[in-house]
Amino acid sequence: MSLSNVTRRGFGALSAALLATSALVLPAVAQTPPEALVIGQIAEPKSLDPHAVTAVNDFRILMNIYDGLVRYKPGTLEVEPSLASGWEISEDGTVYTFTLREGVQFHDGTPFNAEAVVFNFERMLNEDHPHHDTGPFPLSFFFSAVEEVEALDAQTVRFTLNAPYAPFLSNLAYPTGLIVSPAAVETHGADVGRNPSGTGPFKFAEWRSNEAVVVTRNPDYWDGTAASEALIFRPITDANTRVAEMLAGGIDMMVEVPPTALSQFRTDDFKVAEQAGPHVWFLILNAKEGPFADKRVRQAANYAINKSALVNDVLEGTAEIAAGPTPPAFAWAYNEELEPYPYDPDKARELIAEAGAEGAELTFYVTEGGSGMLEPISMGTAIQADLAAVGFDVEIETYEWNTFLGRVNPGLEGKADMAEMAWMTNDPDTLPFLALRTDAWPDKGGFNSGYYSNPKVDELLEAARASTDQAERAKLYQEMQTIVQEDAPWVFVANWKQNAVTAANVQNFQLEPSFFLLLKDVGKE
Amino acid sequence: MGGYILKRLVSAVPVLLGITVIVFAIMSLIPGDPATAILGSYATPENVEKLNRDLGLDKPLVQQYFIWIGNMLQGDFGRSFALNRPVLDEVLDRFSATLVLAGAAFILCAVLGIIAGVISAARQYGWADRAITVAVILGISIPSFFLGMMMILFFAVRLKWLPVSGMYAIYGGGDLPDLLRHLAMPAIALSLVATGVVARLSRAAMLEVLRQDFIRTARAKGVGEGRVIWGHALRAAMVSIIPVLGIQAGFVLSGAVYIEIVFQWPGVGRMLVDAILKRDLLLVQGGVVFVAACYVFFNIVVDVAQSLLDPRIRT
Repeated sequence: MSLSNVTRRGFGALSAALLATSALVLPAVAQTPPEALVIGQIAEPKSLDPHAVTAVNDFRILMNIYDGLVRYKPGTLEVEPSLASGWEISEDGTVYTFTLREGVQFHDGTPFNAEAVVFNFERMLNEDHPHHDTGPFPLSFFFSAVEEVEALDAQTVRFTLNAPYAPFLSNLAYPTGLIVSPAAVETHGADVGRNPSGTGPFKFAEWRSNEAVVVTRNPDYWDGTAASEALIFRPITDANTRVAEMLAGGIDMMVEVPPTALSQFRTDDFKVAEQAGPHVWFLILNAKEGPFADKRVRQAANYAINKSALVNDVLEGTAEIAAGPTPPAFAWAYNEELEPYPYDPDKARELIAEAGAEGAELTFYVTEGGSGMLEPISMGTAIQADLAAVGFDVEIETYEWNTFLGRVNPGLEGKADMAEMAWMTNDPDTLPFLALRTDAWPDKGGFNSGYYSNPKVDELLEAARASTDQAERAKLYQEMQTIVQEDAPWVFVANWKQNAVTAANVQNFQLEPSFFLLLKDVGKE
Repeated sequence: MGGYILKRLVSAVPVLLGITVIVFAIMSLIPGDPATAILGSYATPENVEKLNRDLGLDKPLVQQYFIWIGNMLQGDFGRSFALNRPVLDEVLDRFSATLVLAGAAFILCAVLGIIAGVISAARQYGWADRAITVAVILGISIPSFFLGMMMILFFAVRLKWLPVSGMYAIYGGGDLPDLLRHLAMPAIALSLVATGVVARLSRAAMLEVLRQDFIRTARAKGVGEGRVIWGHALRAAMVSIIPVLGIQAGFVLSGAVYIEIVFQWPGVGRMLVDAILKRDLLLVQGGVVFVAACYVFFNIVVDVAQSLLDPRIRT
């Protein structure tokens, strides 16, 4: 046998193998089924127990399986009845009495009633509750003002707070306030997160780890049945792969489209949805020491940074310029009169000269990624260049997200002059209360890492939290925004617009300012 | 032979213990803790402290280490913070997916690499040798994740022949052809560099052997050229090729991380990356120890295979 025969045989075997492989690919790749919606998620969910999770990624599934006592009105961040058909608030704002909807059942067939509500809050808040060990419940402090939850009768439940706390209703509309079937907790214990049972428009069907979470239509839903027979949530962590799946037709919908990929979807085959959310991206300035201790220098930074370039070029139009500390998505509490600091490097230089801070050296903390941080490295670099143009010598220090939080949250003193940060909240109270009050300095357990302090702001925020009248709260928040903008403890940069892409045949899809994904009425043509 | 295997197994024990110390120390030393990662924006010192207590992370480090080791020796790897499920379940699920991917890539690189190397050596400086050399250098030079993305764009997005990502179709599917369709691109992308390396080194090993006396003797005795190459020479060259395969097996296992991310393959590499970013201590520790144990075991298998081919190694 000659060598040439042997090698030819080798090549023959190779081509046979190649042929066999191509036979495998011949059947065309299946498209998504007509009756189910396939959603590209950014990560594997942690758990489907709403009290155990903190990530928006998980909330997107949960909001379709569970209901809370209240929910946000479509397209707003104002609460409306859900499992509670109505409620009364006592004069002093400490007692909330809810009337519950009748005839509602959990997916496991057990009835929804006042006892079930009490069970849910006791499990989260009372360390002696027999099922408290099914936690931990990291966001239970949303309800730390709750002193007592009682079932007055089967359809009435009363919450007593230890002090007036205006964000209470809004927190009930948050996923941490969703109601889980007590029977499911009793049966599954800590594994209830993998065997969820709620009252929502979809029932849990299966969870294939790292592949998909499948939920199917609840035919008995109290608020009308869902348009799709099933929802399939697929975790696809890599953004480029998610985009490729969307382009190839392997998913019907994706969220958090990278800004640079958005233009590929502006064709007849896809629909792009955008919605500004309760998000603000800002720079914390160290108001305690260094050049930013002077208000004029803080204002100068606000003038020096070209926000429209950041929003349009770096973020490719996926965000809007922020004017103050409160995002416009909180329409009722937002101060419409606020104008963003214009881009004015000359004015900035003037202020810096007045303060005698020319050529100051600044340390700038930048993160590599992180929830709501958008494009932190490119933004950090662009900001560095803008500040250099008015004479600052800015040195960037970059950290991985959790390391970054570990450096920023304890306060910037002695370490840095400025740091990137972003927040997404469900109530206009949360961010300023946790990050702008004097009592929220890091040593007091808050997030005021730049040590801003203005007694008037403290007073306004305390008053707004104690009031239960929305119009009055709105007035207080608006006044706070004017003062904070003038004091400039932060550089107000951007409000993120959440985006999503759907295939062209997906109907009735709308993004919510809450960033939740509500899919009850969404279906395919 | 039994004594040799036993000796190798015993020598693996201190290696594995060392790995547990190192991975535990690294996870304790890196900044950021699980409670901060879980709480994100809401990580006030007070909330962090409470959650750390709930997670059992408030105990001294040495005590945490011994609790971990003790539990692991009883088969309890703990519970993942970020996925809220037993670490071992998750690791086994994920590792089997990685084995499928890395196994396929390994078979591809071993078979194609050796065939290409042998042909190259047999036809030294011929057109086949030159063609293979060019292909091999291209293969070694293209980063696998980049090749993966390009393959997705071409075969999945443009031609729609193959699915973009995942291991099985989300609806229907789940059978072997479905798995092979999902496996094709990631396995090829993952095997490419290893194939190139195996081909280069097989070629060198074969050339070395082909110059030896026994080959000339075989040819002089009139043994057919095919048998000389694929029988006599390849068998002798395998002694130097097998350790290369052992190293490449480790390489495809670790290289699987990038490929798993690009193709959303539910494997252990992607799991570890996610777990590190979330500071999911027990999952990282359990996963690393498991993968390291497999790697150590694999090396022993390679050494034993080599000693079977060449008994001189055993001493």
